[in-house]
Amino acid sequence: MTARPDVSLARPRSKLQLAFGREANLGDLAFRRITALFAGSVIVLLVWMALEMGLASKLSFARFGLGFVTSTDWDPVRDQYGSLPFVFGTVVSSLVALLIAVPISLGIAIYLSELAHPRLRTPIGFLVELLAAVPSVVYGLWGIFALAPWLRETVQPLLAKTLGFLPFFRGPQHGFGMLAGGIVLSIMITPTISSVSREVMRAVPAALREGAIGLGATRWEVVRVAVLPYARSGLVGATILGLGRALGETMAITMVIGNRAEISASLFAPSYTMASVIANEFTEATGRLYLSALAEVGLLLFAVTVVLNIFARLLVWRVGKLPEGGQL
Amino acid sequence: MFLGRRRLLVLAAGLTFACSKSSASTDKKPAGPAPIPSQPSPVALNGAGATFPNPLYSKWSAEYNKQFPNIRINYQSIGSGGGIRQIIAGTVDFGATDAPMKSDESQQAPGKLFHVPTTLGAVVLTYNLPGVTTGALKLSSEALADIYLGKVKKWNDPKIAADNQGAELPANDIGVIYRTDGSGTTNVFTDYLSAVSPEWKERVGAGKSVKWPVGLGAKGNEGVTGQVKTVPYSIGYTERAYATQNKLPMAELQNKAGKFVAPTTAAMSAAAEGVELPAELYVSLVNSAAEAAYPITGYTYLLVYADTKDPSKGEAMAKYLWWGLHEGQKFAEELDYAPLPPKVVTLVEGRLKELTAGGKKLL
Repeated sequence: MTARPDVSLARPRSKLQLAFGREANLGDLAFRRITALFAGSVIVLLVWMALEMGLASKLSFARFGLGFVTSTDWDPVRDQYGSLPFVFGTVVSSLVALLIAVPISLGIAIYLSELAHPRLRTPIGFLVELLAAVPSVVYGLWGIFALAPWLRETVQPLLAKTLGFLPFFRGPQHGFGMLAGGIVLSIMITPTISSVSREVMRAVPAALREGAIGLGATRWEVVRVAVLPYARSGLVGATILGLGRALGETMAITMVIGNRAEISASLFAPSYTMASVIANEFTEATGRLYLSALAEVGLLLFAVTVVLNIFARLLVWRVGKLPEGGQL
Repeated sequence: MFLGRRRLLVLAAGLTFACSKSSASTDKKPAGPAPIPSQPSPVALNGAGATFPNPLYSKWSAEYNKQFPNIRINYQSIGSGGGIRQIIAGTVDFGATDAPMKSDESQQAPGKLFHVPTTLGAVVLTYNLPGVTTGALKLSSEALADIYLGKVKKWNDPKIAADNQGAELPANDIGVIYRTDGSGTTNVFTDYLSAVSPEWKERVGAGKSVKWPVGLGAKGNEGVTGQVKTVPYSIGYTERAYATQNKLPMAELQNKAGKFVAPTTAAMSAAAEGVELPAELYVSLVNSAAEAAYPITGYTYLLVYADTKDPSKGEAMAKYLWWGLHEGQKFAEELDYAPLPPKVVTLVEGRLKELTAGGKKLL
């Protein structure tokens, strides 16, 4: 906090000052330019990618227009392409994943930053981060051979029996489907969310905790009153990172989600995601319209990601402005 | 550090080149029926395409390189679609595909492309029926089409039971499993269903990816077999090599002649003998009329330009294809493909003799 004014003082300098100023020697100038180039390359890359995909999807856009987004009919044999089931599958599977992963990750982060014995912190944190290093195809195989049978034989019958009155838990129980996809995704994003959340919580000033303890707060109250409000915007950011990974995941989810371009309220039903359909069909697609439609799915995935990220950014700003919210 | 290492690598590469050159010049093979490539300088041929014949093409590359060390053949199994796109763009020397090119695809190519049949493959139906131990399941074409149309829903449906007297078929729902990634396997399978079921042809059609009426999609042959293994009472289709290597049960299918046939290499070759190969050298083999034919069989093809600009590459290509057509066929069976029948070999020989480089005949 105290370092801030110095940094902001050092920044605004004219070009002249930069070129001839005391500290600004040639090396500094070059360093600044080179890093700016790196930063700029991200923007160039993004715009370029969007343009390329836009160009590639021109044919499909001209043919189907907005109907591409609203139609549910994806039929390569008849050259009919509608992407709504894929959008639905991507968004819903990612939300299911967040629903499962966020509470668990928060629990992991609170335990590791607030409650765990310092000696346990490192090994457990290491193990959680190790989950992130497991290749997604391994999660997919695990999904096929362990998760899906377990879901089919144990979880789905139980859910159907107890919560079967809800439309989400009805229909044939294959194991493979939206639920399996959401669970696999949730495991894959848990390390991301929990390790970022832990860092955010560790950054909460000790004085806040000490103050809360001094007022007679219990451990839970310290977390609730001092840590969580301060870390709030960072926690939202961690969730967004997880969401980003869930939206783009391809291999693991395509191995367990059932890959049917249909929209169903039931979590037991098979579904399909945007990233998966591109990965699955692109290599063997030859027709021009077909390729163009796949490119448009890519563009759409790009758009969905951008929209969700903007939405999340706004959320972070709002959360940051709330009275007890601390800045990071 | 890095520079040094790179230099070392270059040096090593140079050394291996030198070695291969010298070995090529010293141990000359006696002239056999196959023409010996005579280029003194090493030639690399790059190809890309279908995943289905990849084990065979890899074997061919390795064996050919052993016999003719100055020829290197690189094959990337990126999928038939990719193979077609790359040969049209001219980024590879040969393409490979399971489904013949469509006419609008051929028109995009800058030159005339030949289809060269290389081997025969089959698609088999594998299933998971706990408690049913009486030999292979027998499926009529009607039963199979109706399973994939969602009209036959239970294993004890009379359409299945009629051909499996004595087997205790359960009353469970059939878990239909299909392949979700675009593939030549799916193309052959849906081509077959279209050939035997007018309703399939009308509602779904044939293609590398189709809109399946029912079922669960799995990725790749390994995904299909994985799901069939883990979902009880399910059925799925894979390429034959995958099923035999994993010792999966394979259904016997009823062919056009009414016989129930297991997917053996003999039955695959029989399918090819039962269908006349037209002048363009590609044809669908599904539902072959031959008595002993397995009905879901297909050719796989290499795609090469009729005329090549680079004579040394063209010559190497032509000789490699010739080798594959003769010596190469003996590797087919051990890798679960079926060798081409003799009359097909004769037809392909004629086509290879038409290959030219700059207008000059190569063979």
